[in-house]
Amino acid sequence: MSGRELALILGMTAVTFLVRYAFFALGERVAFPPVVKRALRYVPAAVLTAIVVPMVLLPDGTHWQLNWHNAWMVGALATGLIAWRFNHLLASIGGGMLVFFVYRWLLG
Amino acid sequence: MTAPSHPRRRAEAWAGARDSLPMLLGAAPFGLIFGTLAAPSGLSPAAALAMSLFVFAGSSQFIALTLLASGTGLAVILLTTFVVNLRHALYSATLLPHVAGLRQRWRIPLAFWLTDETFAVVQHRYLREDVSPFKHWYYLGSCLSMYGNWFLWTLAGVMLGRSLPRLEHMGLEFAMAATFTGIVVPMLRNRPMLGAALGAAAVALAAHALPYKLGLMLAALTGVVIGVVLEEIHERA
Repeated sequence: MSGRELALILGMTAVTFLVRYAFFALGERVAFPPVVKRALRYVPAAVLTAIVVPMVLLPDGTHWQLNWHNAWMVGALATGLIAWRFNHLLASIGGGMLVFFVYRWLLG
Repeated sequence: MTAPSHPRRRAEAWAGARDSLPMLLGAAPFGLIFGTLAAPSGLSPAAALAMSLFVFAGSSQFIALTLLASGTGLAVILLTTFVVNLRHALYSATLLPHVAGLRQRWRIPLAFWLTDETFAVVQHRYLREDVSPFKHWYYLGSCLSMYGNWFLWTLAGVMLGRSLPRLEHMGLEFAMAATFTGIVVPMLRNRPMLGAALGAAAVALAAHALPYKLGLMLAALTGVVIGVVLEEIHERA
């Protein structure tokens, strides 16, 4: 490994860890104000939706696929419907994947 | 309270690993592609493996490869890494109430291993109502499985290079999308949550072309603000 690579890895490790650790480091010494606590409850729904919707509607990362030829969209819809109806995570993932792979296979 | 028994810790850790299984599948092609692309981008095999071991952040590893290949300087790569990883600060702030009581020797590794996938799985576990005192073992189980998986697929990519089966065309990444969807949909039971998700989705789509995951960050923050505002309106009504 070259010196330049070493510097790159050390630097990226430090930057990444510090971003991840900053809040954890504080532990019980920090108490968020009520409005922040309230806001943080929306983080999972907001961020997970923000990750998954572009993944599903722009499967190649650039082109819109808002049509029935998009197995990603169909699979995600199936996953969402199962999750909504049965609220069972494993069934949603399994069912959604089944629909995705069968649909892809049918599309050829 | 009775003394904690090892089997329950182990059961939690195992459950965390098991619940991360779809994420392991989904991450596999990315680890493999990262390993494969390292050499053509000018990163030695040892450095590629070290990156997966020490940085352990898929998106920034890929972006670092792209920047390396285009001859970008170290300072810019580090700054980009910082921006790409900002979302993790949001995750750790969200999880903080659950880990604040743990010792540093727990908080340090749990922070090091915090990824999108583990965040999704673990916050889902923390929100379940049972009062297990070992939910951090579940967190650990998810971390270790993701970490081992990422390293092994990077290793496979580095060693096998272009002679690999075309794993990236099998659609395994869909497992990840399915898990995120399966976790998020049951959360949308009230108007503020639904508003937060719809707002985040709209901004994520509108801003998907922004580099360095800025679109994701912007979408998350928009969603959070919408959620809080709707909750406020709802309470006043």
